[in-house]
Amino acid sequence: MKYQLEISNILEVSNITKSYGDLKANDNVSLSIKDSSIHALLGENGAGKSTLVKIIYGSLTPDSGEMKWANNKYSPKSPFQARENGIAMVFQHFSLFESLTVEDNIILGLDGVGLNENFSEQIIKYSKQYGLDINPQQVVGDLSVGARQRVEIIRCLMQNPKLLIMDEPTSVLTPQEVADLFITLKKLAADGCAILYISHKLEEVREICSEATILRGGKLVQSCIPQEHSQKELAEMMIGKKLTELARTNINVGETIFSIDNLSRKSDDIYGVNLKNIALKMSKGSIVGIAGVAGNGQDELMELLIGEIPSPKAILNFNGQDIGLLNSHERRQLSMFFVPEERLGHGAVPDMSLDENMLLSRPDSTEMTSHDVIDWEKVAVHSKTVIDTFDVQTPSSRMLAKSLSGGNLQKFMVGRELIQNPELLIVAQPTWGVDAGSANNIHQALIELADKGSAILIISQDLDEILSLCEQIHVLSEGQLSDAVDMKSEGLEKISQLMVGGKV
Amino acid sequence: MIKLIPRVENSTLMVLLSPLLALTLTALSAYLIFIFVLVDIPVSSVFFTLFVEPLIDSYYFSELLVKAAPLMIIGLGLSIGFRAGIWNIGAEGQYVMGGIAGSAVGLYFYNVEALWLLPLMTIAGILGGMFYAGIAAFLRIKYQVNEILVTLMLTYVAVLFLSAMLQGPLRNPSGFNFPESRIFHDSAMLPIIWEGTRLHIGLIVAIILSFVAWFGIKKHMFGMQIKISGSAPRAAKFAGFDDNKTVWYSLLISGGLAGLAGLFEAAGPAGQLTPGLPQFYGFTAIIVAFLARLHPVGVLFSALLIALSYVGGENVQIEYNLPSSITQIFQGMLLFYFLACDILIKYKVILFKT
Repeated sequence: MKYQLEISNILEVSNITKSYGDLKANDNVSLSIKDSSIHALLGENGAGKSTLVKIIYGSLTPDSGEMKWANNKYSPKSPFQARENGIAMVFQHFSLFESLTVEDNIILGLDGVGLNENFSEQIIKYSKQYGLDINPQQVVGDLSVGARQRVEIIRCLMQNPKLLIMDEPTSVLTPQEVADLFITLKKLAADGCAILYISHKLEEVREICSEATILRGGKLVQSCIPQEHSQKELAEMMIGKKLTELARTNINVGETIFSIDNLSRKSDDIYGVNLKNIALKMSKGSIVGIAGVAGNGQDELMELLIGEIPSPKAILNFNGQDIGLLNSHERRQLSMFFVPEERLGHGAVPDMSLDENMLLSRPDSTEMTSHDVIDWEKVAVHSKTVIDTFDVQTPSSRMLAKSLSGGNLQKFMVGRELIQNPELLIVAQPTWGVDAGSANNIHQALIELADKGSAILIISQDLDEILSLCEQIHVLSEGQLSDAVDMKSEGLEKISQLMVGGKV
Repeated sequence: MIKLIPRVENSTLMVLLSPLLALTLTALSAYLIFIFVLVDIPVSSVFFTLFVEPLIDSYYFSELLVKAAPLMIIGLGLSIGFRAGIWNIGAEGQYVMGGIAGSAVGLYFYNVEALWLLPLMTIAGILGGMFYAGIAAFLRIKYQVNEILVTLMLTYVAVLFLSAMLQGPLRNPSGFNFPESRIFHDSAMLPIIWEGTRLHIGLIVAIILSFVAWFGIKKHMFGMQIKISGSAPRAAKFAGFDDNKTVWYSLLISGGLAGLAGLFEAAGPAGQLTPGLPQFYGFTAIIVAFLARLHPVGVLFSALLIALSYVGGENVQIEYNLPSSITQIFQGMLLFYFLACDILIKYKVILFKT
């Protein structure tokens, strides 16, 4: 046929099923991606997105179902075959050698195809064509996360793909980098490369994707045009239940409850970040957010706030008391509570039961211990309260922490601190790895706590989370904390500028 | 090829059965070895002497308990330290130092007849062991020196120190220059709890200590502290535990108990300080602690089992002229099979073609 009447599909996936034991990771899933389109694959953790993508990319073979690639039967036995067909993938975790240059890294990823002497010119050509700013001679170790992602994308483009799969590409990027990425993706699609965009960030999906396929519990919910649905509707399709609207009912900001006065600390770790002159004031009833890309001093700051490392005198002040030298248990006695980012091994002991893990945070007011003698019945009562209130999915509180899924353990850890009604709650990545429904519950609980007059400090990489919860937003970059950003006059642009260290 | 894959859930039944399984496998292997090694002696009678006689003959049984007591006391201390991930391998050295310190007190008051003497010697013994293990704690905290190496190497120092003491200040003045101390006065000797045997009060102390330790580990935040420090050091900091204190506690407790066992050995079965004080109890107690899965009450039972191998081993040595290393072979196999069973409880074996 000389011309086509309608846009054809580059990839058609029909009735794919893949089981692991009793668990159907993909149950009769179908999906078709049109030529030159940006197609979203939406779903919570465990919805089956990764399984489906691995099947398309040839690293898994389905139990049943079939695929068509450009109208021909397609059943890749390996990623190598997928690449030969013109499918490329940018993984969430990059596979780059830090000590090699950009050019060497790209060459290494090419299965030895298409090498020639003008290689770096070719890189520059792609770089210019798609706005992927990169210098081929730079060493990857010196690049920012965003730049590394650009290297990965160029490496894919060298193979002239017809379909580019991107797994959660924006989770590590600053807002400015996200905007740049979207321009690139749109150009790519316009030039004939379809994109399968995996994400759970609904706003982004509505911005750049022309179609979306939603998975839940391994099954296809539906394929739709994202712009025809509100963000809330999409989220509800993803989680299969109604979401509560987040809103502060009572923003009654009172006097200062917690302040950090000029905190500097050289990291003990050579790869650590040195904190420089950090200053912060928090009022009762306020939710304060610290945004920033991971690895800019968040872990180091958290250690000092929890009290795992003591601070010098007259720097940390809680309710008029200098708490710098108190350890975490003593701080909790004053009603400061903490949720660290790392779950297994920091906020929870993997090889201990939930009951035992309750005891990590045990102010005397809980009566779980008296004179250090443990009352296990009281402990069980408290852990049951946490499990019931925060809907932690577990057969019993005697289960080991490591046997819970990440999201469930997160609910347990956040709940453990929330039932103490903290006057100050410091929480890092409160909803990291938690499904949308539970994230909504956790956010709701945080808001209720602040409405009651407690102060909350949220340290998060998830900018959407910070924007939707916090009245006062700071940015942590290279160990320095910005002043509060005035959202009305400066807004997002200022935040992204600060996130990359003020230099844009 | 063989691959080990972690099991999703560990069977509780198998966790409880694995010591018995290990024991059975050890017995089977011992049987096979005997079949090849023994000439003219029926395997069954060796087995009887090795495993059964110490349990039915009252004298041998009392000797079994005499040997079990120090193993229990040292094993208890080690099991606490091991839970915290503090590897005190040199309990033998602390045992010797405790024995020297306590005996020195007893010998200083050689002519004094008093009720307070034995308690004073006991305290000195505990302090001697604590001091010796404290060296490792100090070096670890102050200079990050590995406690495994320090405790192990100090063991050799302790044994040499013992012989220096016995050739010097603590030598019996009227002992014809033999490197031995005077024989302790009655007030400096442990009370015997089974008339006509060498079984002393140490066994009762061990049983009481094991229940104290059980309470501390199960019902007290101290137990949580050492368990959390051992299995997730960052979580221990999050909970507000001082990790230096964990190191001190672990080493001082295990060292103190080893010292106590050393003094009990000197003031009990030996009745004097001799170069024969170190009997490998400090090392064997490591096996005791692991066979008990570091459980303080379990230590009582595993110590009995290991003591059986000592007494049984000695008996076959005497009766059938078999080498004394039979005891060590037996203990080694037992630990090996036990660890192997544990691996198979936690992991399943997958065979696959390459």
